[in-house]
Amino acid sequence: MNIAKPNSYRSGPDEGGHFGIFGGRFVAETLMPLILDLEKAYAAAKADPAFQAEMNGYLKHYVGRPSPLYFAERLTEHLGGAKIYFKREELNHTGSHKVNNVLGQIMLARRMGKKRIIAETGAGQHGVATATLCARFGLECVVYMGAVDVERQQPNVIRMEMLGAKVFPVQSGTRTLKDAMNEALRDWVTNVHNTFYCIGTVAGPHPYPTLVRDFQSVIGSETKVQMQEVEGRLPDSLVACIGGGSNAMGLFHPFLDDPTVEIFGVEAAGHGLTQLHAASIAGGRPGVLHGNRTYLLMNEDGQIQDAHSISAGLDYPGIGPEHSWLHEIGRVKYLSATDDEALEAFQLLSRLEGIIPALEPAHAIAKVMELAPKRPKDHLMVVNLSGRGDKDVPQVGDILKGKKK
Amino acid sequence: MTTRIDTRFAELKKQGRSAFVTFLMAGDPDLATSLEIIKALPKAGADVIEIGMPFTDPMADGPSIQAAGLRALNGGMTLKKTLELVRGFRKGDDATPIVLMGYYNPIYIYGVDKFLSDAKTAGVDGLIIVDLPPEEDEELCKPALKAGLNFIRLATPTTDDKRLPAVLANTSGFVYYVSITGITGAAAADSTAVSEAVARIKRHTKLPVCVGFGIRTPDTARAIASHADGAVVGTALVDALRGSLDSQGRATAKTVNAVADLAASLAQGVRGAQQAAE
Repeated sequence: MNIAKPNSYRSGPDEGGHFGIFGGRFVAETLMPLILDLEKAYAAAKADPAFQAEMNGYLKHYVGRPSPLYFAERLTEHLGGAKIYFKREELNHTGSHKVNNVLGQIMLARRMGKKRIIAETGAGQHGVATATLCARFGLECVVYMGAVDVERQQPNVIRMEMLGAKVFPVQSGTRTLKDAMNEALRDWVTNVHNTFYCIGTVAGPHPYPTLVRDFQSVIGSETKVQMQEVEGRLPDSLVACIGGGSNAMGLFHPFLDDPTVEIFGVEAAGHGLTQLHAASIAGGRPGVLHGNRTYLLMNEDGQIQDAHSISAGLDYPGIGPEHSWLHEIGRVKYLSATDDEALEAFQLLSRLEGIIPALEPAHAIAKVMELAPKRPKDHLMVVNLSGRGDKDVPQVGDILKGKKK
Repeated sequence: MTTRIDTRFAELKKQGRSAFVTFLMAGDPDLATSLEIIKALPKAGADVIEIGMPFTDPMADGPSIQAAGLRALNGGMTLKKTLELVRGFRKGDDATPIVLMGYYNPIYIYGVDKFLSDAKTAGVDGLIIVDLPPEEDEELCKPALKAGLNFIRLATPTTDDKRLPAVLANTSGFVYYVSITGITGAAAADSTAVSEAVARIKRHTKLPVCVGFGIRTPDTARAIASHADGAVVGTALVDALRGSLDSQGRATAKTVNAVADLAASLAQGVRGAQQAAE
């Protein structure tokens, strides 16, 4: 593909929310005035030093930032190539990177005077983060979660309920993340006057992909500083898993204009790319869903196809629009890892480093196992460890027991 | 350009009555039954026919219409077959306006230019695309107007006076006022609120204003039609259709009449309305 390279990869989107042909605002008229309000409120907040200062305070004292950059010595030795660092987002309060974005959005919602917060969730990490901050700020919280995901991510469902949120198991469609998002949009259309929709990833109508990216960019900004401190230079490569792609975008974005940094996003290849999977870039094409144009899994008639991943957080037939753009202009390389590869990486990391990762970043680790041995020993590789595996322990335990039988 | 929609509303105005607008999902529960139902609608009193283009992820629709779309898709319905359905209807009726309603992705994937030309040839008169606000007019609205199809926009209770001109700018055929904030099939709108909203929209446009969402009975239809240029009924008809299916979701001998009979009684309601004085 012959696409002109932009002067900066970090300047997007344009006024209409487009990254190249991707992004936009494909929503029902009922929601448009709200989305325009949100855009204004965000622009004002961004320009307000008090907003940033307040957020930094909560990031430090409530979330526990900065998250450590940890040298994974035993994994490095085991793979025998690149020097591997983990950005420890799983050490954040609530157990994943999701809290960075939710904090920002909840603070926006408060500025906008909204008292009722809705969210969709796949693995439950975004739901838990939303329930947590709603509890902290005394806001009503409703979380939509596919019935299949409610089943496979029980610990997070219990957690959300303990935090005072109402969790609605969504029975429509494939009963996973995409249907939870549809249901959340239906709720928003209905309760538009008092409700703030806290979207969990870098997707949805403009300005969501931008504001979620901005709130998550703290990951990459910290990584830059921390890498300077320990190694005195930029990393050579970055690796992160991708469902919608918010943890990846948060790590990648501050590095996009650093040409020496190789960047890899890892999609979920499920049972394999020729079978059921959730790799929108590897197995999809551009279409329009959930308020934006982006790569989607669909049939020849434009009907959205079922995604599949062992990881509920990656089980989504789309991807954030900025990723689609970064793919088409070639700045980021998108790879994929299967369920089995992720399970293997999950076990390897648990045993070598004493870190039980969530199944989501286990996909990133799976590709690190391929990439790192081929790189020289002075190659610095940063992997975003986006979440911890507590929520996956029962599910993985069952799978492993089943395998032993 | 004058479309069947323009002609129909001009005729109705002369007769001094409001339009009865029906909505059903293309291919629900199968293509042949769907065609029979649509053919029966003008006789039952439908003045304008909206046909849903089924989509897997209808984010502004309630459970009834969502289920209708899935029934159609499970029966093998596609956008191409939806256009065949319209062609089939046109063989026996060249006057009743047909409006296709749905979401953008299947059209985008079909190819916008090819879709517009195929739709025009098939006998489609207008489009309502739920997820294309005026901010995305370049996608389909402007090309549709160029191709001679009406692009009917939704206005809602959240569309304030400041925003209305933008919403109406490229709208043609009629304005579809969604009387509630919510999904299809939700609670009925308050007729006083509807009357105020219609009056507000009419201060900005000469186009007819039809009102939908929440109309299920002849009485509500009558009340709405007395304040608007048309009343749209969808969920109630879809529910009647569903109620006539067998346990496997297949059409029965009762299906066509179940829909046509309800349509006829709703049409009586609309026709009984005293139209608002201009």
